[in-house]
Amino acid sequence: MKKNLLFPILLFSAVIFSIFSFTNISSSSKINQLPKTNADKAGLTLPAGFSASIVADNTGEARHIAVTKEGDLYIKLGSAKGGNGILFLQDPDQNGRYQKKTGFADYSGTEVGLKNGYLYASSNTTIYRYKLNDKDEVTDPKNPEIIVSGLLDHGEHNSKSFTFDDQGNLYVNVGAYSNSCQEQDRVPGSMGMKGCPILDSAGGIWQFKIDKLNQHYGDGVHYAIGLRNVVGLDWNQIDNALFVMQHGRDQLHDLFPKYYTTKQSAVLPAECMYEIHKGDNAGWPYIYYDQIQKKQILMPEYGGNGKKTADKKYLDPVMAFPGHMGPNGLLFYTGNQFPEKYKNGAFIAFHGSWNRSPEPQAGYFVVFVPFRDGKPSGKWEVFADGFAGEKVVMSPGKAEHRPCGLAQGPDGSLYVSDDSKGTIYKISYKK
Amino acid sequence: MSNTSKDFAKENFITGVQQSKTTGEKIFKKYCISCHMADGSGVPHMNPPLIQTKYVLGEKEDLIKIILNGIGNVEINGETYTNKMPPLKKILKDQQIADVLTYVRNSFGNKAPAVTVTEVKAVRSKNT
Repeated sequence: MKKNLLFPILLFSAVIFSIFSFTNISSSSKINQLPKTNADKAGLTLPAGFSASIVADNTGEARHIAVTKEGDLYIKLGSAKGGNGILFLQDPDQNGRYQKKTGFADYSGTEVGLKNGYLYASSNTTIYRYKLNDKDEVTDPKNPEIIVSGLLDHGEHNSKSFTFDDQGNLYVNVGAYSNSCQEQDRVPGSMGMKGCPILDSAGGIWQFKIDKLNQHYGDGVHYAIGLRNVVGLDWNQIDNALFVMQHGRDQLHDLFPKYYTTKQSAVLPAECMYEIHKGDNAGWPYIYYDQIQKKQILMPEYGGNGKKTADKKYLDPVMAFPGHMGPNGLLFYTGNQFPEKYKNGAFIAFHGSWNRSPEPQAGYFVVFVPFRDGKPSGKWEVFADGFAGEKVVMSPGKAEHRPCGLAQGPDGSLYVSDDSKGTIYKISYKK
Repeated sequence: MSNTSKDFAKENFITGVQQSKTTGEKIFKKYCISCHMADGSGVPHMNPPLIQTKYVLGEKEDLIKIILNGIGNVEINGETYTNKMPPLKKILKDQQIADVLTYVRNSFGNKAPAVTVTEVKAVRSKNT
């Protein structure tokens, strides 16, 4: 008798429960959205006096960007969309949104940059340049010149990000096609390869001439070594030096649980900002920088245990940030629109972590580091936040927007690209 | 927990799958979660999602081989995922592989038959 009633009761409860759960899910997602109280901040949290607007959206996987002196925008798409890997956006009626859009360059890749009347762009193996007319428009998009080719691409860490100095050189990242130079990439307990042969053609910065065609590795200068992967880099005009942001290694806990808890592994190692001069060695894969102990620590792959240091001293970072946040853009601000404290300081676009699971993820913001006389002069601070759309991000797929590229406009505004939804933000300051 | 009696085979099959899924979730949280995330959504451009993909829902032998041998540069719906998944043949035992695959094939919106330890053993012995 009891058995006959049990089933309908359970069924009724299940129906009620699922209706209730459905209602809860929709209302909880409303709670997680940021309040739209500041219509002039494009959903972002900014310091006082700053506003933001969305100048373009749904552009695709918008990686790095460049703004011309006319205020037009070049975007490099990570994957070409409809045969276009570079977009050129214009705002002819000056209403604050780029409506006019053309595209070219049927290749994937990360970088675009403007120099001496040319647009430079990189695929994952090659650096091209396109001649610009006096309005900074590409007149012959089907015929770029090849500046460098044959750069290694094995998938992992393949962004060929680059920047220029003022002496006719460009500096390109060739990321290591490995996490920590293990004999077996990402296999728990696998030790590091002796002498890490990856370093001879990857895991560093190469310098090439900006106006010599068809260069290969042998024509370049192996400018810096021991950098795992650099997606954000910029030339510091005050120092006359290259600054880079390194993506630190992953999975200390997964690969060596004996030495690292999940909590330690979520914040270590530091994401590092380095000032790079010719011949510098930042130490990957042999050491990482521990921002808590404030020293270089021997990697477990090479006999470390979280405490041991290496025999050799490598380059120290000029600033260390919490682990895994993914610094994808670096820009030294040289404009006059923002208050004095921002002049010659560094903006960093942190793409947002994935390697903090099961802890919450971190990053998904733009940070500012004040500089004086070419060196950091104070603590880093969060400048623009709220890109992810949620206060707590557990997995990167759930982040609404992920900051990737930075550019400075002719009026001194800061442009930020998002490679998740292809939104382009313009951040401005008014006294 | 094992049962060889034919009389209770059907009930114990269902219980066995549930047990496998429960154990599999623990294995997922220890070995898989850092790359594939707790919700199975992976990482854009780097680590593939496990949500209703042909890899997860397809042939058991192919999926078992992925756990044993690893895989890299996987393409799903036009996107390439560039991180390498390591071979886990020396890290996970046959029963653990059966459990974690049963868990994955019945989580994140997936619905697919369980993977058994017998099936894993067979693939591992053929695996060169």
